[in-house]
Amino acid sequence: MTEVSLSQVVKRYGQLEVVHAIDLEIRHSEFVVLVGPSGCGKSTTLRMIAGLEEISGGTIKIGDKVVNKLAPRDRNISMVFQNYALYPHMTVRDNLGFGLKIAKHPESEIQNRVEEAAEILGLGMLMDRLPAALSGGQRQRVAMGRAIVRNPDVFLFDEPLSNLDAKLRVQMRTEIKKLHKRVNNTIVYVTHDQVEAMTLADRIVIMRDGHIEQVGTPLEVFDHPVNTFVASFIGSPPMNQLEGKVVDGGKSGLQITLADNILIPVPKRSKNRVSVGQDITVGIRPDDLTPVGHGMKEDGETVSFDLTVSISEPLGTETILFSSIGAKEVQGKMLNPRPIELDERLTFNLAMDRVHLFDAASGQNVLGDANG
Amino acid sequence: MSTQTKAIISWIVTFIVMLIITMPGLWVILSGFRPLQEILAKPAIWIPQRLTLDNFYAIFGIGETQIAIPVLAYFRNSIIIATTSTAIAIIVGISGGYAFARYRFKFKDTLFLGLMLSRTVPGIALSLPVFIVWARLGWIDTQFGLILVYVALNVPFTIWLIDGFFRQIPKELAEAAEVDGCTRWQAFWKIEFPLAKSGIASAGIFAFLTSWNEFALASNLTRSTNSKTLPVGLTDFIAQFTTDWAGMCAMAFIIIVPALILTFLVQKHLIAGLTFGGVKG
Repeated sequence: MTEVSLSQVVKRYGQLEVVHAIDLEIRHSEFVVLVGPSGCGKSTTLRMIAGLEEISGGTIKIGDKVVNKLAPRDRNISMVFQNYALYPHMTVRDNLGFGLKIAKHPESEIQNRVEEAAEILGLGMLMDRLPAALSGGQRQRVAMGRAIVRNPDVFLFDEPLSNLDAKLRVQMRTEIKKLHKRVNNTIVYVTHDQVEAMTLADRIVIMRDGHIEQVGTPLEVFDHPVNTFVASFIGSPPMNQLEGKVVDGGKSGLQITLADNILIPVPKRSKNRVSVGQDITVGIRPDDLTPVGHGMKEDGETVSFDLTVSISEPLGTETILFSSIGAKEVQGKMLNPRPIELDERLTFNLAMDRVHLFDAASGQNVLGDANG
Repeated sequence: MSTQTKAIISWIVTFIVMLIITMPGLWVILSGFRPLQEILAKPAIWIPQRLTLDNFYAIFGIGETQIAIPVLAYFRNSIIIATTSTAIAIIVGISGGYAFARYRFKFKDTLFLGLMLSRTVPGIALSLPVFIVWARLGWIDTQFGLILVYVALNVPFTIWLIDGFFRQIPKELAEAAEVDGCTRWQAFWKIEFPLAKSGIASAGIFAFLTSWNEFALASNLTRSTNSKTLPVGLTDFIAQFTTDWAGMCAMAFIIIVPALILTFLVQKHLIAGLTFGGVKG
């Protein structure tokens, strides 16, 4: 059983603190993805787990062992680097077997395990080539092979796909997922690409400025972002965020006014969490803002209003519609699309049960209980 | 202009340029194999009429000769001094270059700048102070004294060159090796060192040639066969009223050959070293 546990882990460079006392529990054989914009401390966190960066405070445990002071080689981890970090002067075979050779495993065992890893990753034909003679995808596979050959407790991936072109990235993503299913080790994976995070992770850890903003399964963080940052970071196209104010609508209860005189009711579940006069950021996923007759489901509570479509981006199964509410650009989605004319005016349905409300000042979600 | 005439012209231009570059060296080597009378003949004899090994015999004191020069002692001194000082300069260069490339420490930039500035001082300007200090310490006319001077002369350069090579090796390679189970030292020795080999070889050959060819400081700090090097030995051919140009050229040939052989041996590394930017991990 190999859990990885970080408690109150701090990283400082001189006076500058880049990771602020983070806590994180990673379970055995879990695939955890650290995601966030560049400079958020995700790579630093990974490198601290690897032992490539010293920690300035707190405790890191791998399994039952506190590894704070252990050298990388004593942690039984392996790591895949963004630039692959293949040893340029060694053949693929030697690259794969290097770790085992250093650990002084018998020659025959090295050979067997290298062959096995090569087979898993389809490297058979490339074994005697130097890294310089490999394509990006092949190098990526060798880097992964080098990681699995040693059968470590924990795999660490540091943006392993960001040097690949888009098509290959999707393909390798699937391979990494397959690999995890097969070897079933604990994986910590760093990326800045939220799609990668969503597709790969058992749980996503969203980081910003050295803090952990939210930890949850992909659907949890998508459906219930704790604040505007997570809301805007997860999901593509990104969530629309509109400024509004809570008003007393008399008989219709609490309402929120948006620009262009659009009024939406405050959902029941957050009635007690907002007050009249409060500034609210309303979060609307493009999927929940759909032209009448072109939405996913229209049985829940909806609010309708007319918007002028300025740009449309057909993607085949759906079309992204660009419009604006007040000065703010909003994006909606049209399922079963039909051609859209320039500046066409459409009536949109807003699915109220999926609207997110955030306090404008703090950015925190005020929706209330996730299932509420 | 047709491509053919262009090619011909470029060949001619190349030939002329190469001639200008190689002429002095060629002349020295040729003169080493010619009798003095022919070298000094007026009008000049451009095409050698007679090639002879007499000059070499004379230097080595074989057969009847007026001058016998302790070439073997000079040769031994040169070899010992050049190789030892190169080896030390390389070891210091590797350690220093690695430290500058990989570690952060106090006064790093100042130190590096200081090393570079030391290269701006012409060696000959230091000859008098060095001479006085060496004289006090009793290091005049010792191999050790000269080795120390050459190490000091070469170390800034080797550090600078090797630093550049280590800089070009992504630090993730060493990190990957560490994760793979290496100690810090193993990661250096098995991964980073082999990758910087061509740079180290370049630094080595430059340091060796500097020590091997250096004349000014060596002529000040050496006196006898204890420590005199080959370039200083050349002055043995200058007498009060005459200069034995033929003998001098023959000895110059002896000096050139080992350097030439060495350069050929490491040439592959030199070329790799100068085009390292093209190699990516």
